[in-house]
Amino acid sequence: MRYLPLTDADRQQMLSVIGAKSIDELFVDVPEGALLKELVDLPRAQGEIEVHRHMQRLAEKNTPAGRTAFFLGAGAYRHHVPASVDHLIQRSEFLTAYTPYQPEIAQGTLQALYEFQSQVATLLDMEVSNASMYDGSTACAEAAMMAARVTKRKKIVFSGGVHPHYIETARTACEALGLEIVALPAAIDDEAAVTGKLGADVGAVIVQSPNVFGTITDLTKIREAAHDAGALMVTTFTECTAFGLIEPGGSYGADIVCGEGQSIGNALNFGGPYVGLFTVKEKYLRQMPGRVAGETLDADGKRGFVLTLSTREQHIRREKATSNICTNSGLCQLAWTIHMTLLGEKGLRQLAALNHEKATQLAYALGAVPGVEVLTTRFYNEIAVRLPKPAQGVVDALATKGVIAGVAMSRLDPKAGMDDVMITCATEMNTHDDIATYADALKKVLA
Amino acid sequence: MTTRFTKDHEWVRLEGDVATVGISTYAAEQLGDVVYAELPAVGASFAQGADMAVVESAKTASDVYAPISGEVVDANAEIKGENWQIINDAPQDGGWFVKLKIANKAEFDALMDEAAYADYVKGL
Amino acid sequence: MTYETTSGNKGLQQAESLIFESGHATSTGVDLPEPKGGKYEKLGGLGRKAALELPGFSEPETMRHFVRLSQKNYAIDLGLFPLGSCTMKHNPRLNERAARFEGFADLHPLQPTSTIPGALELMDELAHWLMELTGMPAVALSPKAGAHGEFCGMLAIRAALEARGEAETRKRVLVPESAHGTNPATAVAAGFIVDEIPARDDGRVHLDDVVAKLGPDVAGIMMTNPNTCGLFEPEIKRIADAIHEAGGYFYCDGANYNAIVGKVRPGDLGVDAMHINLHKTFSTPHGGGGPGAGPTVLSAALAPFAPVPHIVKRGEVRELREHSDGTQAFGRMCAFHGQMGMFTRALTYMMSHGSDGLRQVAEDAVLNANYLLARLKPHFNAPFGERPCMHEVLLDDSSIKPKGVETIDMAKALLDEGYHPFTTYFPLVVHGAMLIEPTETEPKRELDRFADVMIALAERVNAGEVEFFKQAPKLAPMRRLDDTRAARQPKLRWKPEANSAAKQAAE
Repeated sequence: MRYLPLTDADRQQMLSVIGAKSIDELFVDVPEGALLKELVDLPRAQGEIEVHRHMQRLAEKNTPAGRTAFFLGAGAYRHHVPASVDHLIQRSEFLTAYTPYQPEIAQGTLQALYEFQSQVATLLDMEVSNASMYDGSTACAEAAMMAARVTKRKKIVFSGGVHPHYIETARTACEALGLEIVALPAAIDDEAAVTGKLGADVGAVIVQSPNVFGTITDLTKIREAAHDAGALMVTTFTECTAFGLIEPGGSYGADIVCGEGQSIGNALNFGGPYVGLFTVKEKYLRQMPGRVAGETLDADGKRGFVLTLSTREQHIRREKATSNICTNSGLCQLAWTIHMTLLGEKGLRQLAALNHEKATQLAYALGAVPGVEVLTTRFYNEIAVRLPKPAQGVVDALATKGVIAGVAMSRLDPKAGMDDVMITCATEMNTHDDIATYADALKKVLA
Repeated sequence: MTTRFTKDHEWVRLEGDVATVGISTYAAEQLGDVVYAELPAVGASFAQGADMAVVESAKTASDVYAPISGEVVDANAEIKGENWQIINDAPQDGGWFVKLKIANKAEFDALMDEAAYADYVKGL
Repeated sequence: MTYETTSGNKGLQQAESLIFESGHATSTGVDLPEPKGGKYEKLGGLGRKAALELPGFSEPETMRHFVRLSQKNYAIDLGLFPLGSCTMKHNPRLNERAARFEGFADLHPLQPTSTIPGALELMDELAHWLMELTGMPAVALSPKAGAHGEFCGMLAIRAALEARGEAETRKRVLVPESAHGTNPATAVAAGFIVDEIPARDDGRVHLDDVVAKLGPDVAGIMMTNPNTCGLFEPEIKRIADAIHEAGGYFYCDGANYNAIVGKVRPGDLGVDAMHINLHKTFSTPHGGGGPGAGPTVLSAALAPFAPVPHIVKRGEVRELREHSDGTQAFGRMCAFHGQMGMFTRALTYMMSHGSDGLRQVAEDAVLNANYLLARLKPHFNAPFGERPCMHEVLLDDSSIKPKGVETIDMAKALLDEGYHPFTTYFPLVVHGAMLIEPTETEPKRELDRFADVMIALAERVNAGEVEFFKQAPKLAPMRRLDDTRAARQPKLRWKPEANSAAKQAAE
């Protein structure tokens, strides 16, 4: 077995040093009958050639996004990731390192974390960032719980533009804690929906911009409504490249800004692993979940970095921890930081402008298809369109023509009453031809 | 003025019906350099033994329990001003946590005195 | 070693400033087509006004920056990484390659199911392996890490209690004092109350202690097996029976499943739910702190409550169930299907090993740990060392502390010897714990080399060389870092005006 270095001679010699006659003597505490005599009923060991072939066969049964005219977003986006990113994250010293609990021999990971936190806080115009979370949806659920802790209130209101899966993830986590989740009806433009809905029992209003329908929102009125009610404003997002072009939640005075970082540095990966971004106002730092790196000095007075404020975390606070989270999304976070370093302000602005340009082209092209109505009027790279037929069938039909068009809102939320709405996006990866192919195929499917 | 102690290493000093409360020198030494403490708001009331405050070093966090029942009438401004070092430098003096208006003096009398606490700590 | 270079470099160790100090907002390492701009704008006047001030680097500068940083890190590929309870084993590179196949990495989680049959088949196959290995009838794949898997398992228990109409009466969850901190934190997050079972001198959970706490308000128990002291719980089956008899459920923390994979099936022990850290047992890379993956196997009693999304088979066709309406599913753990990138790696690992290789994994992990125990026992105090351990060796500080050397000092001295230290001060139930997990991917000569170093350090302790330990590390990329300073004045991001620590360091 190529991964196991012990030889049979080693094993015998080691057993004799231990003073055991057989390996099973070491499993002496396993209750009678529970120690398996036979191998588990699964295939035996295989070489690289066979396993590679098997995995390749499975992979080839799928249709990769890049082989299609691809316009699907709704929480995960297909962007260009420079080749150097994947090379760097595969360096042994990053790939096969552990959480940096021994900072003297983990400064690489720690400095990259500190740089990540600095970049994220800058991008989102917030004071403090943590070292990342599992993904955008779980970050959003943590934000809901954190807001309840800060305000000591039990009701969390989700605006009608938040990704339905984010709401469901938060509902699952929050209801266990006895919190109440109020999800306002889905709305393409949800700016006005929140005002008047916030009583004195609301701990937070959570609003997404760009929202699940692609709409970007002036959050000023929502912040005023939230703060007037003594609630926090939490803003979330699924597409972080947007903030190269539009104002992030922090610029609107949000108390917590969190969301999905996958768009930068990370592939689609069928939904994971991704990287959750999580930022707060400094005054809420002690209530922030997740690990965080901070600057300090070593015994020689040299600058270095450590994991800090860990007394909030489960390994010290146990049942009183701010969260049960025990990890960040290390490699995905590193990929984010490397890609963001390659982009810089200049690259990010350009990338964002390109995305917007492609999306406007897409909106014009789809709007010109008979029967199709573009519903989103202010957007970044994603729009919702109303189709003259149920959207799920259209999406499926387009897939057979080599176009992955988007997602039917009915798939995300069957109860939204929006069966004819499709959510679709364009990124820098889409060519003019892709857009033309898409519009043409849609015309045929609707005809 | 007598100082009394709890098994959880809080100390209490009584003046009239106002008790000054903090953590003992032993506790401060065990904790190491304090990096954070959270004191209750003035006006809050606690039953004896209830979680009242939190004190943290870089690697540990300890709950501070109300050694006797009472209402918070003052919280140490030094600590509120983030002078954590005072908890290490003078835990049983300038590093006090809160003053409680007490309800039941019998609770105070039942706590360990200085000698009993010294014996207790020796046995740990 | 006090010699200071002009550059700040130490031989191959390159000093490296922050990107915020050396990068520039007008530099970039990405060439993109120039947007046409202007007339197409659909931002509704909400364009960014705030400055961005994100520094950029060209590609060569980026490579250098991160390669220099990488060289300040320890890694498994560099040496033994004996971090107890963390399972730092070799990460096969075939797994990395498989995860990057276009047919997996370039798939969107919401693509029409007609375009992803291979992805669903892979998930189903992974599920089959996990269920066969654990002897459990169901698995929820979506939890994103170990603690997330715990949360999934506890929510399933909660849902099962709700279905019985007992969610409001059964609130108490028993958790041994020796448990990892995530267990009590998770129980509370799932709406339960934690009742701790005090530790015993032999490091094990006793049936009597559990029975004494049982009652009609008990929802279940969270137990780690093998436990955090590196011991198999001998009474686990009887404890499971007692919990079930009392109407509760048995959550097993599977963090140490790597010690028994292929040897013992948790399903045979009466487990109702157990998360499996794919990044431990099945060697997906730790990556400096994630991403992990925590698929959670479920008993027949809990299976109906598994969260969405999950795969439903209709004949030979696999479909996704994405909504809980009309089912007993307790809800949703995350936006999509879980850590697909980890599923591909873990399945590649399992298939490479096979049922025979996986059993050998457990046996060699346990053998390596017991070999280290045998070699270290004469020189350190091993609190439970009179019996075999499982995959990790637990030492305490009772042989070094009286001489003035603490566990942390031993750890720091190991840094100078070129090792990542063992886990320090965990489990909490042992004083000054040193928890050593060699894993099965260490050859005997590496174990001997490590044991020789540990023994030599023990001799230095005995020789009274306290200062040697207190000054360590001297040879690592950095000397001891000041945790107190970091926590007292938290500086968690770079700011242009407040770069005080760097300035002080320069002075």
